[in-house]
Amino acid sequence: MAQLWNRFRAVVFGVLGVAAVVATWDVYKAFGPEQGVLVGDTRVLPRTTDLAMPHSWEMLQRFGEPVTGLPDAPDAIRAVFDASMFSLGLAARGWLIGVVVGMLLALLMSRLRIVESALLPWVILSQTVPLIAIAPLVRRWGSEIQIGSYVWSSEDSVAVIAAYLAFFPVAVGALRGLKSPDKTHLDLMRAYGVGWWRSLITLRLPSSVPYLLPALRLAAASAVIGAVVAEVSIGLKGGLGRMVIDYAVAASGDPAKPWAPIFGAVAVGLAAAGAIGLLGLALRPFRLTGVSTQ
Amino acid sequence: MTEPAISVTGVDRVFGKGRKQVVALTDVDLTVADGEFVALIGPSGCGKSTLLRLVADLDTATSGEIKVFGKGARQARLDQDYGIAFQQAGLLPWRTVAGNIELPLKIHGAAPALRKARVAELLELVGLTDFAKNHPDQLSGGMQQRVAIARALAESPRLLLMDEPFGALDEITRERMQNELVRICAETGAAVLFVTHSIPEAVFLSDRVVVMSPRPGRITGIVDVRADGLADHHDRTERARDQEGFFRAVAEVRALLHGGASTSSAGVEPAGVGVEER
Repeated sequence: MAQLWNRFRAVVFGVLGVAAVVATWDVYKAFGPEQGVLVGDTRVLPRTTDLAMPHSWEMLQRFGEPVTGLPDAPDAIRAVFDASMFSLGLAARGWLIGVVVGMLLALLMSRLRIVESALLPWVILSQTVPLIAIAPLVRRWGSEIQIGSYVWSSEDSVAVIAAYLAFFPVAVGALRGLKSPDKTHLDLMRAYGVGWWRSLITLRLPSSVPYLLPALRLAAASAVIGAVVAEVSIGLKGGLGRMVIDYAVAASGDPAKPWAPIFGAVAVGLAAAGAIGLLGLALRPFRLTGVSTQ
Repeated sequence: MTEPAISVTGVDRVFGKGRKQVVALTDVDLTVADGEFVALIGPSGCGKSTLLRLVADLDTATSGEIKVFGKGARQARLDQDYGIAFQQAGLLPWRTVAGNIELPLKIHGAAPALRKARVAELLELVGLTDFAKNHPDQLSGGMQQRVAIARALAESPRLLLMDEPFGALDEITRERMQNELVRICAETGAAVLFVTHSIPEAVFLSDRVVVMSPRPGRITGIVDVRADGLADHHDRTERARDQEGFFRAVAEVRALLHGGASTSSAGVEPAGVGVEER
């Protein structure tokens, strides 16, 4: 009963939180100064014109209207949905590649100390390279790849770039998780005379789950960002990245329109986080840590 | 005469090299007969846990020889000749009580039906039948330790190695667990090597108490509790704690711990000496 109320309360507070943001937006728009708030020459709060801040309900309404004035243009919601699914698909592919690569790296690093010393600095360094710098490289290298009848596509490039962001938290989180078992547990495995693989399955992987789940969630968020940014820098049509650019052009005449793909991106992010939530539910027993009741 | 459960001859263990060298054990000789209960006692740093770990082949001696049932320690470990329990129960939190007890059987490929029967038997032995499906975080410290003991007994080893298994328990739970352990040992007939830093615990449980001292870790004396008039450890009851022989043995162990050199310096120490022990 109390548990049910807790869950219900979480939903209520979630809805209230969103409502508070919407209310702040519209209240500021209604009462804020036309030219925004300036401190010296710096604008600390935005202009409240319809051009800069469309009403929240206008943004919502915009979803129901056709994308363009052309006679066969689909509704904005349809277009945004399609683009979101496209980007989500690419992000999921990137996430999957990132998780596999990250796990393999973590396994290697936890197996051999020397590999950890050699590899970990590079893993960290890899994240300091701007995504925009590597996107054209990935595309160029990818275009050289042709295996049988399979030809490297721009989608593959986007997925790889999303994976480039996603593998990092997985590698670091899994490494920590794989190293987390107590000394007693490790002694026990040795006393049972089990080898590395067996103790990996029996002990290390299960005990890494509490570290892995947040890492996977972070990887999902990174994969979404990576996919959207990579779409922009590679110039791949069909996803949210390109749509953000396309719709931004319409901002002067149709100020609510650029917001549509942004909401799409938020929805994709939520879907990705939700999927990891489900995964967490499936792995529930392994999230029990320690031996004391909380 | 059957093969002794443990035979340790001339064992040294040195950690580190050069100037940072620490001699953890020097020239240790010890024999534990089949079915005998031997406690190792001494202050921190006397190498009692190290000695147990050497017997378990969790660590390797610098020199000397260790035999478990006549085999090398490594072979004995691989053959699962001993069961082991530590100060931390070390249960896998994602496995149920039954799942934890079953673990060694499962790892070594016992058939499911056999596993189930054995787990039921062990749960009965440690009195946790009603908790088979609980997870470790729902149990008290004493109950967790009982699960760990059941797990150590899963493969019916002829030897139990116990490294301060009751060290983290409160005094009341501790005495109850000691009584249980005496009963369990009587039922299984296994030899036990038991590390502790509690004198009454060592005396109550053991046939012989091995007293060690630090820097460098070595054996300073052995007290045969049976010689003080206590029953063989299998036949011991709670009442042993009130017997005269018990107090005599406690005093002997205490004398050895405080620098007495020989086993024969029977307990003539004034009673106040050991007050700081607990």
